[in-house]
Amino acid sequence: MAERILDVKNLKINFHTYAGDVKAIRDVSFHLNKGETLAIVGESGSGKSVTTKSLMGLLANNAEVIGGSIMYHDEDILKKSEKQMQNIRGKEIAMIFQDPMTSLDPTMKIGQQIAEPLMKHKKVEKKKAWAQALDILKLVGISNAEERIKDYPHQFSGGQRQRIVIAIALVCYPEILIADEPTTALDVTIQAQILQLMKELQAKIETSIIFITHDLGVVAGMADRVAVMYAGQIVEYGTVDEIFYNPQHPYTWGLLNSMPTLTSTKLEAIPGTPPDLLDPPKGDPFAARNPYAMKIDVEQQPPFFKVSETHYAATWLLHPDAPKVTPPEEIVRRHQLFAKMTHQSV
Amino acid sequence: MAEKQKKLLEVKHLKQYFNVGKSDEVKAVDDVSCDIYEGETFGLVGESGSGKTTTGRSIIHLYKPTAGQIIFDGQDVNQFKNKAEILAFRREMQMIFQDPYASLNPRMKIKDIVAEGIDIHHLAKDSAQRNKMVEDLLELVGLNRDHSSRYPHEFSGGQRQRIGIARALAVQPKFIIADEPISALDVSIQAQVVNLLKDLQRDQGLTYLFIAHDLSMVKYISDRIGVMHYGKLLEVGPSDEIYAHPLHDYTASLISAVPVPDPEYERNRKQIAYDSSVEVDHPENPRKLHEVVPGRFVRCTDEELPMYQERAAKFTK
Repeated sequence: MAERILDVKNLKINFHTYAGDVKAIRDVSFHLNKGETLAIVGESGSGKSVTTKSLMGLLANNAEVIGGSIMYHDEDILKKSEKQMQNIRGKEIAMIFQDPMTSLDPTMKIGQQIAEPLMKHKKVEKKKAWAQALDILKLVGISNAEERIKDYPHQFSGGQRQRIVIAIALVCYPEILIADEPTTALDVTIQAQILQLMKELQAKIETSIIFITHDLGVVAGMADRVAVMYAGQIVEYGTVDEIFYNPQHPYTWGLLNSMPTLTSTKLEAIPGTPPDLLDPPKGDPFAARNPYAMKIDVEQQPPFFKVSETHYAATWLLHPDAPKVTPPEEIVRRHQLFAKMTHQSV
Repeated sequence: MAEKQKKLLEVKHLKQYFNVGKSDEVKAVDDVSCDIYEGETFGLVGESGSGKTTTGRSIIHLYKPTAGQIIFDGQDVNQFKNKAEILAFRREMQMIFQDPYASLNPRMKIKDIVAEGIDIHHLAKDSAQRNKMVEDLLELVGLNRDHSSRYPHEFSGGQRQRIGIARALAVQPKFIIADEPISALDVSIQAQVVNLLKDLQRDQGLTYLFIAHDLSMVKYISDRIGVMHYGKLLEVGPSDEIYAHPLHDYTASLISAVPVPDPEYERNRKQIAYDSSVEVDHPENPRKLHEVVPGRFVRCTDEELPMYQERAAKFTK
């Protein structure tokens, strides 16, 4: 069995606001295996960024962890002091943010920005740190790196800046890399380059990646496993094939159905909007937008039902007594593909 | 079929340069020509900096073009003689913007935002009629009639984009330029807005210029597509054909980079590299849009044309 490098259990996070407590994370559990890429998918406000910020100890001041644990090397990250977190952040768990324009310091040479974590965390002396910075800058594909290491962020394009951000994140060879929408601000052709680069570097330095995105196309290309979040909860998780070819939760169906593929002729939008987490609904949070909702969905929250050893979904449709429903056309097509794939491998 | 349709908009050799004559002159749009037919959706795709937004803004006359003509409904947009003609033009052509947070004035009520066009063009006799028009519009775009006295901050991104659409529709335009109208929205909301735009087109006979970088969404909504790169229009054609069989290498490279929500496809993805240096024009042998096969245009020289014709012939077999 794969080694678990990170284990999040029953995480609950509230945000205190003037209007009341926003229940942003409502009992989230997941784990990360060594060397894998776990994608967390969800709409804005589903809690995917808050989850990962809690891993880094970077929650906003009005946030309060009201329960759960985040186990990393047999220690609970949530119990660590700010000082202890500073030793983990950037060294063992590093993060790439969405916007490469704002995550670099405009007044610092990029060589300095890449060398800084080395000097701080690994006590490497300045000259050696710059030499290592140069190596990693070449590794992330900045051409003419010897010259450009002395340049400032504004002298680079968006794609190059994201490469520099990746270099900073990886320079200490972190065990876990959290990538929060790392390519959303980039053009498709540049996005493809950056994703390719991340895959190559992952193989080279054996880091585990948590990849946060709302783009299911990117997920399909990057992830080993996928967790789908909705309204502060994980509603389905499984391997990338299980989620894309054998999805069980109506929200996952809706997501796959509302994305155009290059061949699709019809888009089915998910009606309505996500619930207000100031006052989350009692039952299945997706019930109000779910055309397959049953009476029990508004009354009681569904537990996780096991689909396979690696695949779980929180929907009452998987209950043995639930009526059989026919998913949308596109999902039926995917289920058929899955049947064919599993049949071949048996 | 396209030939029989009426041309609603003709763009002829549009050039939009910035900082003309200075060392940092930018040829944002460089000799772009295209026609948009009544009732169709023309998708304009390209990377950031390709000039697609500038093209849209030049068409709606937010810039004065450096050269070239924009003929809307038989009239040259740059030859308006007086304010009345400009006003009349503005009624016919409206725009929906990318950022639903920045494009609505936070201090104005929804009814005043939506009714701005109605007021300017004096379309309402009295305030009762004005209110009724606004409420009808809100209902049309899928919002609640009672929302008209609220402020923008009370709405989500998708709802704000619906307000932007209602504002554009208020003056009953023929032609709408939608500049990345869904880029700022969540996946599940994107489909809602796109479907709304499609329904409105069907019911009101609207013509769209749909500008976006998300190729799969553009393909879904557009009848025809134009591909822009470095200010030049490289390829024009029916969206299905362009996606299935791109003629220009840049188009092929762009399509090969689109992530598809299908792990099997992604595992076998072959990204096509593109060398943009081949695009450099020689003054003695300029490239222009050639019709390779009926309805499909590629920007090339006279010498390159047979190569593209050969490519196109392969696909039609």
